[in-house]
Parts: sequence; C-alpha cells; structure tokens
Amino acid sequence: MTLDTKTWDELREIAARYPEARSGLLPMLHLVQSVEGRVTPEGIEACAEVLGISAAEVNGVATFYTMYKRKPVGDYHVGVCTNTLCAVMGGDLIFERLKDHLDVGNDETTPEEEGRRSITLEHIECNAACDYAPVMMVNWEFMDNQTPESAVQVVDDLRAGNEVHSTRGPRLCTWREAERVLAGFPDDRADEGPAAGEPSLVGLKIARERGWTAGGTYGSRASDEGESK
Amino acid sequence: MADTLTPVLTDNWDVERSWTLASYEERGGYAALDTAFAMAPDDVINAVKESGLRGRGGAGFPTGMKWGFIPQDNPKPKYLVVNADESEPGTCKDTPLMLASPHTLVEGVIISSYAIRANTAFIYVRGEILHVIRRLQRAVQEAYLAGHLGKNIHGSGFDLDLIVHAGAGAYICGEETALLEGLEGRRGQPRLRPPFPAVAGLYASPTVINNVESIASVPSIIANGAAWFAGMGTEKSNGYGIFSLSGHVTRPGQYEAPLGITLRELIDLAGGMREGHELKFWTPGGSSTPLLTPEHLDVPLDFESVGAAGSMLGTRALQLFDETTCVVRAVLRWTEFYKHESCGKCTPCREGTWWLTQTLAKLEKGEGSESDLDLLLDQCDNILGRSFCALGDGATSPISSSIQHFRDEYLAHLSHGGCPFDPAASTAFAPAGATA
Amino acid sequence: MTTTDKAPDKVDTDLVTLTIDGVQVSVPKDTLVIRAAEQVGVQIPRFCDHPLLDPVGACRQCLVDIPDAGNGRGFPKPQASCTLPVAEGMVVNTQATSEVADKAQQGVMEFLLINHPLDCPVCDKGGECPLQNQAMSNGRGESRFAENGGVKRTFPKPINISAQVLLDRERCVLCARCTRFSEQVAGDPFIALAERGALQQVAIYEREPYESYFSGNAIQICPVGALTSADYRFRSRPFDLVSTPSVAEHDACGAAIRVDHRRGKVMRRLAGNEPEINEEWISDKDRFAFRYAQVEDRITYPQIREDGELRPASWTEAFAVAARGLRDAGAGAVLTGGRLTAEDAYAYAKFARVSLGTNDIDFRARPHSAEEASFLASRVALSGEVTYADLEAAPVVVLLGLEPEDEAATIFLRLRKAARNGRTQVVSVAPWSSRGLKKMKGRLVPAAPGAEVEVIGSLADAEHGVSKDAVILVGERLAATHGALSAAADLAARTGARLAWVPRRAGDRGAVEAGALPNLLPGGRPVGEASARVDVAAAWGVGSLPAKAGRDGNAIVAALAKGDLGGLVVGGVDPDDTVDPAAFRTALDAARFVVSLELRATDVTAAADVVLPVAPVTDKAGTFVTWDGRAREFPAVFSNPASLPDLRVLAGIADELAALGHGSSLGFRTVAEARAEMQSLGPWDGERPTLDAGKAPKPPKAGKAGSFALATWKQLIDLGSMQDGEAHLRATARPPVVRLNRAAYESVFGLLDDTEPGGARLAQVTGDRGSITLPVVVADLPDGVVWVPARSFGRGVLAELASPGSTVTVKGASR
Repeated sequence: MTLDTKTWDELREIAARYPEARSGLLPMLHLVQSVEGRVTPEGIEACAEVLGISAAEVNGVATFYTMYKRKPVGDYHVGVCTNTLCAVMGGDLIFERLKDHLDVGNDETTPEEEGRRSITLEHIECNAACDYAPVMMVNWEFMDNQTPESAVQVVDDLRAGNEVHSTRGPRLCTWREAERVLAGFPDDRADEGPAAGEPSLVGLKIARERGWTAGGTYGSRASDEGESK
Repeated sequence: MADTLTPVLTDNWDVERSWTLASYEERGGYAALDTAFAMAPDDVINAVKESGLRGRGGAGFPTGMKWGFIPQDNPKPKYLVVNADESEPGTCKDTPLMLASPHTLVEGVIISSYAIRANTAFIYVRGEILHVIRRLQRAVQEAYLAGHLGKNIHGSGFDLDLIVHAGAGAYICGEETALLEGLEGRRGQPRLRPPFPAVAGLYASPTVINNVESIASVPSIIANGAAWFAGMGTEKSNGYGIFSLSGHVTRPGQYEAPLGITLRELIDLAGGMREGHELKFWTPGGSSTPLLTPEHLDVPLDFESVGAAGSMLGTRALQLFDETTCVVRAVLRWTEFYKHESCGKCTPCREGTWWLTQTLAKLEKGEGSESDLDLLLDQCDNILGRSFCALGDGATSPISSSIQHFRDEYLAHLSHGGCPFDPAASTAFAPAGATA
Repeated sequence: MTTTDKAPDKVDTDLVTLTIDGVQVSVPKDTLVIRAAEQVGVQIPRFCDHPLLDPVGACRQCLVDIPDAGNGRGFPKPQASCTLPVAEGMVVNTQATSEVADKAQQGVMEFLLINHPLDCPVCDKGGECPLQNQAMSNGRGESRFAENGGVKRTFPKPINISAQVLLDRERCVLCARCTRFSEQVAGDPFIALAERGALQQVAIYEREPYESYFSGNAIQICPVGALTSADYRFRSRPFDLVSTPSVAEHDACGAAIRVDHRRGKVMRRLAGNEPEINEEWISDKDRFAFRYAQVEDRITYPQIREDGELRPASWTEAFAVAARGLRDAGAGAVLTGGRLTAEDAYAYAKFARVSLGTNDIDFRARPHSAEEASFLASRVALSGEVTYADLEAAPVVVLLGLEPEDEAATIFLRLRKAARNGRTQVVSVAPWSSRGLKKMKGRLVPAAPGAEVEVIGSLADAEHGVSKDAVILVGERLAATHGALSAAADLAARTGARLAWVPRRAGDRGAVEAGALPNLLPGGRPVGEASARVDVAAAWGVGSLPAKAGRDGNAIVAALAKGDLGGLVVGGVDPDDTVDPAAFRTALDAARFVVSLELRATDVTAAADVVLPVAPVTDKAGTFVTWDGRAREFPAVFSNPASLPDLRVLAGIADELAALGHGSSLGFRTVAEARAEMQSLGPWDGERPTLDAGKAPKPPKAGKAGSFALATWKQLIDLGSMQDGEAHLRATARPPVVRLNRAAYESVFGLLDDTEPGGARLAQVTGDRGSITLPVVVADLPDGVVWVPARSFGRGVLAELASPGSTVTVKGASR
C-alpha cells in the first residue's frame, strides 16, 4: 500500500514551511499517523524521499519520540498519567481500573467490534496539568480530575460512540484527526471549550477578591481605569 | 512593596474567550508592540536586561543577557525559538497560559524577535497538548491576518514569520539543544556546547531559545517599564512568576506572585493542605529539583534562597505531598520517568537510570539491604556532573534528597518487608480522613 | 625513479602550553585535552572519541579533573577530555593523578558493563577489544550490578545489517562511532541510532540494508565486538594472527592496509593509518577482496601446449619452450594488464625492448587511444603536481571522466571530507549526478559521451571557478573521446590549474613510469628521442634500442589478426576488459605463439602455448605508483619460493632467448635487483614531448532516431575477477540498473509514476555486440544518453553490449 497523492503533496507542503526541509519531519510523521493510523514503512519511506534523507534516519527519529506508534492505534488513544504526582493522586488506580475494564495491557488496543469504537490504552508521563491531578488524556485532550469511575464512564462513552467533551477543551475527535492537527493542519475546534479550568484561575480569583494587582498599565485589570490604550 | 499575588500573565484568563485576538486586543494587547517598534532593538534588549528578567524555564539565566549574546555581525539569519515543551514533572504553567492567552506569547515573540533581529520564530510546543496547539495555531493565524505577523508589521519595516511546531513526545526536548535537534527533524539528543545556540543554534545560525513564560513576560516589561518589573521580587530574582501548586493541597492551581513568596504563604492562599493532613515533602521546581520538607516552608521562593536550601527554584512547580505518600514509591516513579526519558546518548544517564530503577524497585519491595542506600548514593555520585546534560543530574535529585531527608522510610521498607503505605489513602478520591 | 618527494606542507601553528598530571606540554591550539595527554604519555580511556570523527562527548569514559581551566578557575565537575580544547595555563589531572577523575572513569566503566554481555570468550573482538582492555585498566574487578542481581538488557543475538556486516546489539556501548563514520565520512547514513534510553540501538531501516562501499571501516573502529563481518566472524583470534603492512592492489590510490594472516593464509585485511593517503579508511573492496588468490582455478605450475592440450612442465622446460616459440613466431609484442607492480612492469618493458626488440608493448588493457599515449608521455610520466592534501586545500576540484566513489575510493573520501569542511567545490563533467557526486556536494556539468571536449573547453569560464588554485583530475575513461585529454591539458595550461591523471588500476601509473607503453621507455623517456634511447641502452648494456615507435594495444591486436605480428606475451589481461573482446580473442587465436603469465585460468591461458603462473601480491614485494606519483613499496606477506613474480619469469624466458641469440638477459632476477636498476636508471631529465592529439578518428555513425549514446563505468563492487570468492562482498554491490532521463523513460515506458519505486520496470538495451536487460531508473542524463554499469552483469558492456560512446537502442522488456 502506498500513500495517496494528497498525502504526498501535504508531506511536501509541511517540508516547505521551514527554512530547511528536514525540520518538517516531526509534523510529517504526525501526518503519516493521521493517514495510516501508525508510522508505517510506506510513511517512513515517503518522508525519507521527500526530505532526501535515508530511511534509517527517519526510522531513528520515528522510534525516538513516544507519540509515534508502530502498532495501529485505535479510534481513541487514552493515556493515564502515572508520573509520581498523578499516580499518587489516583492515576495508578485509574490505570489499573481501565486495564481491567478494557481487558487490555499497557499500549494495547481493544479489539475491533461491530458498532464499537476501539481504544488504545497507555500510561503516560507528566502532561503539564498537575493541578488537575489525576489526569487522563484522550487523544491528547485534557480529561481533568478523574476518578476510576469517571474514567470508566469516559471510555464507555467513547466506545459507544457518544459525544464526549474534554474537560478543558472541545468535543473529542478521533486520534487520527488529532494527529492531523499536530501535523499543522488545523481543524475547526480551537474556539470550543473554556479558556481555563478552575485550578488555573484560583490565584487570579483570590487577587480579584483582595484587590491585589501587579500595578502598571499593562496586563492588569485592576488598573484598567488608568490605562489609555 | 508589591501585592502578595500579582496577576499579569494570568490576568485575562477569566475573560470570556480570552484566547481570541478580539479579547486580547480589547485589553490593550499588541500595543506593547508599537512601544517596542518605537525603540531601537538594542534598547529593547537593554530594557529586558534592566528588568532583571531571568529565564522562567528553570535555569534562571538572565534573558536580556542571553539576547545580548547574539552576534549581530554574523551574516546568517537569527532565530527565536520558544521552548513550549513543558514536560518537567509538576510543571503546568505554560500550558494554561497558552490555552487561555496565546496572544500574550505571540506578542512576546514579536517583540523579542524584533530585539534580536530574527525574522523567523518558532514555538516548539509539546505534541501532547492538542487544544493548546489549536489555540496557538489559531492565534498565529489571527495575528497574521491582523498584520501583527508577516511583512512590515505595524508599518515598522520589521518582518516576522512564526511557525508553530508540534513535538512528538520527548521530555529531553525541553533541553534547549535537544529541542533544536527536534526542530531540525532529528532525534532529540542534546548537542555539544560550545558552540552555544547564541552563536550556532538552529541551522547553525544564531538562535535564542526562551521559555514560554519568559517571552510572555516581555510585553508587560516593555509596556510597564523595566523598573516596574524589577520592583517586584527579591534582590536578584526580579519580577513575578507563576507558581503552580499541585498535590495534597486544598486548592491546587496557578498563583502568580512576585518571586520570593514562600510556600507557607502559598499554601495559606490555597486553603491549606487537604483537610486532616500535613505536608510531608515537596518539590520547589519539578522533580529534578531536590525534595524539600516542611522545615523549608519559609524559604523565599527565589533563585538564591532555594539554592541555599539545597534545591533549585526550577519552574516553580510545587508538588506537595502529605503524610499518606510513600516517598520511596514517589522517588521510584520519578526514577522510572528519567529512565524512560533518558535519550540514550551518554553512558551515565542511560545505564545509570537503568540500574537505579532496579535498585530502587527492590528497596520498594522491601528487598535488599541498608547498604543499597550507599550503593544508590554512589551511583548518583557517578551520574551527577558526569552526564552529558542536566537530565542525568535531575534523575539523581529525588534519590539523593530523599535519602537525605527520609532514610528511615527506606529502612522501614526493609523491616516491613515491603511498602508500609496504603496507596489508596493518598488519592484525590480517598475518603476524607483516610490515613496511611 | 618516480617523481616527487612528498613532504607534508609545513604549517605554522600557535602553541598552547598546559600542565597535564604535573607535566608541562605545548600543543597546537585547538588540540583536545585527550590528545594533548597522549603527548605526555597518558592514555585516557575512551570509546566514542575518534580523531577523524567529529567529537561527540557521548560515552563519558574520558572524564578528567580540571582544577584550572586556564583562567584561574576550575570546573566543579569532571570534564570530557575528548571535547575540551586545551587552553593556555590549563591544569589537567587525569586518572593517573586525580582520584576524582579515576572514580569518574571507574563509574562510567561500571555503567558500561552493566548491560554488556561479557561474552569475551566467544567474541571476535576478544584480545583486541578496547572495552576489554580498558575495563582491565580502568575498571573495577567485581560487578556490583551482578552482585545485586541486576537484570541486563538483552537482545536477540546478531542480526545482519547487510550481507557483510552483523550487529550484536548487546555488545554495543552506543559510542556512535559507526553511525558517525557512516554519516560523516562515507556519507551513507544507512545505519542510525534508533529507540532511546537504555533501549537505544544502532539500526538499519528494515528495507534498506547497510550497503556502503565503506562499511568495513565501521567494523574496524567499533570499540567492542558489536559489529563483525560475515567474512571474518569466528575465523581466528587476534593473537594467532601475524600482521604485515601492505598497499591495496584494487585501485591507483595506494591505500595502506594491514594483512593479517595465519599459517600462510590471509585471514583478513584492515585499513592502515596513512595520514597522507587514506587516513584510516579503506573501501570494502580493499578490505574484503583478497580470496581471488586462493580460488580453485589458481595456476600453480607451468604448462606447455602439446598436441593441442596443456600439460604440466618444469620451469626450465617452460622457459625454453616459450623462448623457442617466441623466436619462431616472428615479430612479437607484449600486452599487460594494469595490475602489475612497477618492478614487474619494468621487466615487461625491458623484455619487449631487449628480448623481443620491439616497442610493441601496452599496459592499457581497456579502451585507449594514441592521443592518450601522447598525453601520458607529455603530462603524466614523472609528474606529481597534486597530492591528497591538495585536494582538501583546493577551492575547486574538477573531475573529468572520473567517478571517484567507484573508481578511486580514497580520492572520494578525501573529496567528501573537503566538501564537508566547506573548502572545496567539486565540479564533475559526467553524464549524470551520481550518488558519489551528491555526497561530495559536487556540481554536475553534464556531458554526453563524445561531447566532453566542448564541455571541458567551457570550464575556464568564471562560473566554475577553475583558477590556478584548482585541481583537475582526469580519469582514464576520458581517453575514449578524441580531443578530450588535449582539452583537459589545455584547460590546465590556460588557467594554471594543476592536473593529475587518475587511472583505475593499481599498476597503471607504475606502468607509465616503467615504460610499458609503445612511446615511452622507463623513467619517462620518449622512444622518439635518440638521446633517451641511448641513455637506456647504455644503462642496460645493449647496443641500441628499437627506434621505431611501437604499436599500441589496439594496433597490436589488429596486427596479430592480420599476421603482421606472430608472437605475443600476455601478462594479466582479461579479454573482456579490452576495447573489443571478440577482436582480442580472434587475435589470440591468430597469434602464432602466445605466452601467458597469469594467476588464474582465463581465456588467455586457454589459448596460450605456454602458461606461466605468477605470484599474487601477497607472495612478492613490489611497488605501486599512485595516481599522485607516490611510490608505495610493500613487502611480501608470504615467503613462497614456488610463487615467482612476473619479473623472475620474464628473466627466465629472456635468458633462454639470449641463449638463442635474441637479446640479452634482463640483468635481474629479484624484485630488489629490479628496483635497484630502476633507481639507478632514474628519471629522464630532458624535455617532455609535446602533446599531440593526432588525427581525429572517423566520427561514429549518427544513431538512428530514438537511439542513445552509451555511457558506462565500472562500479566499485562488481564482477571483476579480483572480487571472485567474495560472496558477502558481492552481495553488497549496487544492483545493476539502466539509467535514462525522464523524457527518455517516458518515451519508452509512458508517464513516470513518482510513487512507484525506482527500478520497477525493465529495459532492454541493444548494441552492436548484444542485448542486456536490467531494471531501469531515471537520472539527470542529457537527452540521448543511456548509462549502464560496465562490469556488473554477464561478461560486461564491452563483451555483451557495445563500445562506450557508441550507439545503442532501448526498449521496454517484461520480467
């Protein structure tokens, strides 16, 4: 199986974004995943061809970064943070529960079933949302403040094809659609979801209540009255 | 004397659709750009120097000085690269910033690029924060359409292209030269220095690499003046910063305050540790900064004081653990993280983390003997300062500091024949008042 | 008798003085501490460090303590001495004097060994292994990892990363020497690091094996037993081997090699370290192709033809029969291949003049011309204007009819190095941009076969930068186009650029110097100069030398066929290398008497009346003169009294001929005697003859519409007989393909599908000697040109397709 012409064109388009084409390799591999569901040999060879580098070099890159998958990924990629803080806050229990519930191990995918979406389960490292611990990611969208029960609900809804929203983001798309955004081809969901979740705003809320500001004319609402811009 | 909390970067996060250009401009966004364009580039650099802004990505190198290292007589193009690869365990400040107000970063990028005379800039954002990437892509698109990016910005004659580049899963790419490798489409392994990126960075051209929060702070410095910024914080740690509280605290989250605030004050603001529990250990700036204990609650959180206390301010990633947490489990998990993220380039980090996890895992299971603690410390001694980059050093921090502060807890695992803690008790969803 | 004394250019360098382990030492600035330490006799252990690779600082084995960096301040932590340049006043304490450095090194060594299998007893590297040696010198005796029940990382045992190279990932210490060599030096990044952390490993891409002409170097510089060759694996122990330095016999580059042998058999060959020539690298052909001297068809005793059959004979009888036969056959001639040592070539040159009384001698067993003979006499003999170092220093190096990666691998590596350093622009007049040219970052000036004269003439334009500092390298293939060699000489004359001729074979240049040409006597003496003839005749103690210019190879073949010549002495010629293999075979049949000096049975020995075995290079001392005019002497590896060098065999025949009243004895019977005579004869100090292009031959018939001019050269690894017996090496050869430009491809096959892998279709190429069918790929050839490799299929282009430059047709073929 070879990549279609559109994909070849888009691979070249990515490479052309950069002063030096090889800089496009990471987004190009994201594009390969969005089309192929994983990094395939065809994808590696296409990247090598477009960039004029060896397939061994592409392979070296594709195997270095953990978001690139060599086995086919399901419709949804569910990552449970089990780095220390999330693990302690419940991530370990959530991960155990999901493994049990989905009957898969780490980095495994639920079998294809008629009428159900498939899920790839993986434990992941810190995803920069520690104030929302324990955190789960679905296709790299935040599912904050999870419990084993809420996590089970999320995956059940995903499998059933129900619409699921990120707790700090949009309606969830599929993993392949997400990979396409990472390749630099935006979808239409940027304006969905909130600006911030509750923990992101706790300090600001206290400052507002107590009238604390940084002073100055820029960036501080309490001084809005005095600013001329 | 500044207020206890000083929202600047976080200040618009509660605004309706704060991520949009309209919302940002309504609050005066992109006006600092004109202020900057009215200045000579070197004056912008000087302003940032005078503000005392130090890198917010952990190392605390003076930002203006870094910009001053760019050899302007070098005929090659100059580049600005924003390090948005926020991955240090516990660190979670840049991500909400870019989610809620990507234009703050974009404006900072434009001013900073103008200062260093870069016509191409990149935001290297970790790939695992999809919605942040969407918001960045949208913000850049809006900025182009509004004439904040592209040719002859605001009629200044200054051109800038900004490329949002999604990473693909590698903690090491937070290290600036590994990040450059990733941005050049290579394996994210750190480069030999010298040459430093300021001289030969991206595409072997002069390159500035700055953390998101550093760059996002620039518009406020230009708009409000260096003195305003320098007026906050402590003597050598000027300005404000976002402090990220996570873990067993009542209200975890982001607290933007002048550098020098103490953890005691922050915990107070956060409503104290969770009900019925007390602080046991914490990281001041992510897992790579040595653990501290309640005895350090009053250490001013600035670069110098945390250093004097035996740790590092790092990214102000304050992970708080109460007495239900097993420190050996915590340290083992971090060590497994470093093993997973070691790039493999140098021997001490690659092989050392492989071995450390095995030694620690045995101890956690109550196997081994007290001499294994000395073995661990000796392994750490053979890694710290021997590795190619700071990742290896960081891997030793939790181990050395935990043995220093909690040696007895390690020994308790041996006498108990395993971990004496109940992992359920430490969870966020544990019944109130649960104990170890 | 050759040419120039090559002293390295003296370079003024700033010295920096520092203190290492209490000893003050001054070294050139920018020297790395690890090498400065060698100056005071301290060997700092290392794995990733290699002086010819970019520093990487990865293994951390070479940590030292720097209490003073030269600025009064020390480094708080140990520093990698392989990446740290010296500084004035720096103080360095190595493991010899610093506990900190010693502990740091021991710590790194301990880490390296935790995941190493410690299978030294079954490892090929055992006994010559830097890891083993340095673990003994700089490591601890016991493993704390093993004591504590540590679990090693394991991998399946070796995997083939090419037909020749095997990788044992467990043994690998990830120093990245092999991957850096492949990327930096060879330009073949077909191995790369993959995965990360402790699972990091060297890897090929699953569908792209590590097929590099230089892969063996990666094996040689591997500091552990992770890379081994299929060729040598499990074959011997280093301490059982005897090593003899030698010079590679496969091309005109003169690469230093080390021949490791045991009980009279070569077990392996390694690259020698010769900074002025090959540095520490050799091609896989130089490394792995040596069993041609051990194959079954090796001739081991003299034979004479009796009643149509060859039968064994004694040397004495064979000499006598050969002498009588040559005497009775009438006028005789000598044809040699390009593989002779200079001493042997000298013997043939003298034999032709003294014993056969003729200048009918030619070493050019390949397409050649009278213009070329004149070029060799006027511009090549005794010349030595260009060195390897010059290639690195020149702003522009022009390649004319030379594909260095295939035809002169050591030059290729030097030019790649120069291009990578950004100092040298390579400009190649060739039919298409080869991989080798791309790796030299070269610029193609396209030239169809036959069009070279005009193209070369255009090179003096400023855009190509050919100035007096430029170097012009002329390949032997340029002789195929009339006027091209003259154009090259003219380009050099007009621009002041220096010129060197780069033949393909190790003996070619030596044969020029030795006078194995119809127009040259030894030492660059023109046959046409009476004083030169007198000079040589006096030295040889003969009355006079034949004055008539001799026939060249083409003319000898024609004269044999016509009966104008009757006797022929052939030394190491493969008929299929000659310009017209069929004509050569006809000439052999037509000759009244043929004496063949050969290593192995060939079509020549099959047709010969006397067959005399000669020694392979391992069995004799000798000299190869390199393309840059260096005399590269090498000793015999084996002492084998039954294996005679050509010069000894010729001396035997000459003695018998002298006894029959023809000529005199050669005056030498050993290599040393021949060498002494050559030296005493010395070079010609008279004027060089002028270059005469001669008459242009009839222009080739214009091809029919849709026909192509045939371009070709020999790939480095091909079906050449000196690669016989090397199955693993041959399996790494580039597969033979036909190359067409896009328009030509599409005219034959229809629209090119860019997503289709190259080589998916077959093309049939037909010339006046036959047809061949090979996969076809698209390249940037000029219109109307097709390229095929010269010796990568069947009996090769000359025997089975057509003469280079002639017209062929191309059509699609089915599998």
